[in-house]
Amino acid sequence: MTSTRASSHPDGSPVDLPVGEGGTPAVSPSPRRRRRRTGWGERLEIAVLTGPALLVFLSFVIFPVLMAAYYGFFSWEGYGPPTDFVGLKNYETILTDPLFHDALRHNAFIVVFSLVLQGPAAVLIALLLNRRMRGQSIIRVLIFVPYVISEVVVGTGWSLILQSTGALNDLLEQIGLGGLARDWISDPDIAIWTLMGIITWKYIGFAVILFLAGLQGIPQELNEAAAIDGASYWQVQRRITLPLLAPTLRIWAFLSIIGALQLFDLVYIIWGQYVASTAGTSTMATYMVSFGRNAGSYGYGNAVAVVLFLISLVVALVYQRFVLRRDTEGAITGGVR
Amino acid sequence: MAATTVAVPPLSSDRPTGQGQRKGPKGELRWGSPGVYVVAVLLILVMLAPVAYVIIGGFRTNAQITTDPSGWPDPWQVGNYVDVLTGNVFWRQVINSAIAAGATTIGVVVLGLMASFAIARYNFLGRGALYSLFAAGLMFPMTVAITPLYILVRTLGLMNDLSGVILPQIGFALPTTIIILVPFLRAIPSELQEAAEIDGCSRLGFFWRMVLPLSMPGVITVGILAFIGSWNSYLLPLFILNDADSFTLPLGVQAFSSEYSVDTAKVLAFTSLAMLPALVFFSLFERRIVGGLTGAVKG
Repeated sequence: MTSTRASSHPDGSPVDLPVGEGGTPAVSPSPRRRRRRTGWGERLEIAVLTGPALLVFLSFVIFPVLMAAYYGFFSWEGYGPPTDFVGLKNYETILTDPLFHDALRHNAFIVVFSLVLQGPAAVLIALLLNRRMRGQSIIRVLIFVPYVISEVVVGTGWSLILQSTGALNDLLEQIGLGGLARDWISDPDIAIWTLMGIITWKYIGFAVILFLAGLQGIPQELNEAAAIDGASYWQVQRRITLPLLAPTLRIWAFLSIIGALQLFDLVYIIWGQYVASTAGTSTMATYMVSFGRNAGSYGYGNAVAVVLFLISLVVALVYQRFVLRRDTEGAITGGVR
Repeated sequence: MAATTVAVPPLSSDRPTGQGQRKGPKGELRWGSPGVYVVAVLLILVMLAPVAYVIIGGFRTNAQITTDPSGWPDPWQVGNYVDVLTGNVFWRQVINSAIAAGATTIGVVVLGLMASFAIARYNFLGRGALYSLFAAGLMFPMTVAITPLYILVRTLGLMNDLSGVILPQIGFALPTTIIILVPFLRAIPSELQEAAEIDGCSRLGFFWRMVLPLSMPGVITVGILAFIGSWNSYLLPLFILNDADSFTLPLGVQAFSSEYSVDTAKVLAFTSLAMLPALVFFSLFERRIVGGLTGAVKG
């Protein structure tokens, strides 16, 4: 999210741009550029165009985030102005609370296994669907269905299926695999795997769609040329398709990591606020809601939010610095070329 | 295209794409290898079975579900669905969800398009900073800001009011919207703008007459993303909407399933009806969603 100025991608767009941070639009260096009307008219247009979005964004995104940082230094129950300044005490409590450590560990687990489970599977599915075949478009729609359904519906449905007297155990019984029946949701040994299964099921469609979009950006001629040179299907995929898909993969991994760090809905709906910690599926976000708002400790909840944010930010910056750097603007923002 | 000279690949399913994807002489698609279809069908089964279970389960009675949790409806009962559809709780929540999602979508598209247009096609001091500011919004998930957001909305007196959900949702959807739209708007050739200017079209006129129609695919994509995001959102309504009258569908589903926790069949019926609108909406716009993402990724 750092400098996205167009100067960083020379092949970017045919229009405008060079004028760096240099103040007034001034004389453009390129002769084919049209002359600009400068002055108040244009400034007014810019203000009218960006003003409303900026206002909503600043008041409902930036301001609350800053306030979270501020409230985090108080012991506060959410009514009246916060007065009981406690300095870093909230943060001390968070960092020494074993329940938070658990949540953090679960988040790390979810981050890693979201990548490991969804990534390769989604690439294979996307390659499969990228072959021209009958019913291709209907398959794409169907694979995307779980992603479109809300977390609440997914959570409610899955918890009914997975409860110990639910459909899955009964089905296992009927096909003679009764020994595999488990208490999928409350057994602490497997609950997090259950969660991973549901997460994979729910979000893999998004990865597939993203990868398919990336695949369609790869010129067919390359594959054909490689095929003429005698490369097998898998060789083509490994040597040509995957490297060209890499920017999309990197963007997807980024979105997946950030999403996994902030996972809330599914856990909160399936496990509720108390069971999550005993079943071993609590996340930083469920910890925040349980011990913040639900416990009436708004100052503490905000401090947790700040910790969650800082962790996400560090991960994001490290990722940007070392992984996304190669893609000038990233796949989503118009990279792949 | 010279399929004849292609080295024979080891497996029939591993045909090079240049060959495998060729259309038949009459322009019809070839069937390709059966293995691909087997995998595809298995995949779809896995993806759809839980959804089907919920929908079909709604046609059963509680007694059927208790005695045989994974069975088929016998006989089929429409009672659960009729109960849900004739009660006003479900419809009130559908309307609330529709208002919240509709207003969020319109707000995001209008504000996002305006801001993106300025960022993409004007040169001004701080343009890069402005873009970075919005892009940085991706770093701020609603989860982090939820408590202050709740306090802000409460201070504004918008608790239990759909606008208390809509305004923050617009704010949080803006970063994605702007990041997707800016490349779309930049990609419009400057020659078009020049031609329009020569014809006496102002910059804002150019916006209405050229930019808007040309960026439609991007607009529809961000609109759909915003709509589905709002339709499914849970955390924000959970904090803001405490009064059952203002519940949106996700809150409704949760409230319903805890209120009728013994009436599994009815919960299944309610749940499947709640996912129906999103599914219909998605299947209508599927091409646009996929196409829009493709456009965004291709740049």
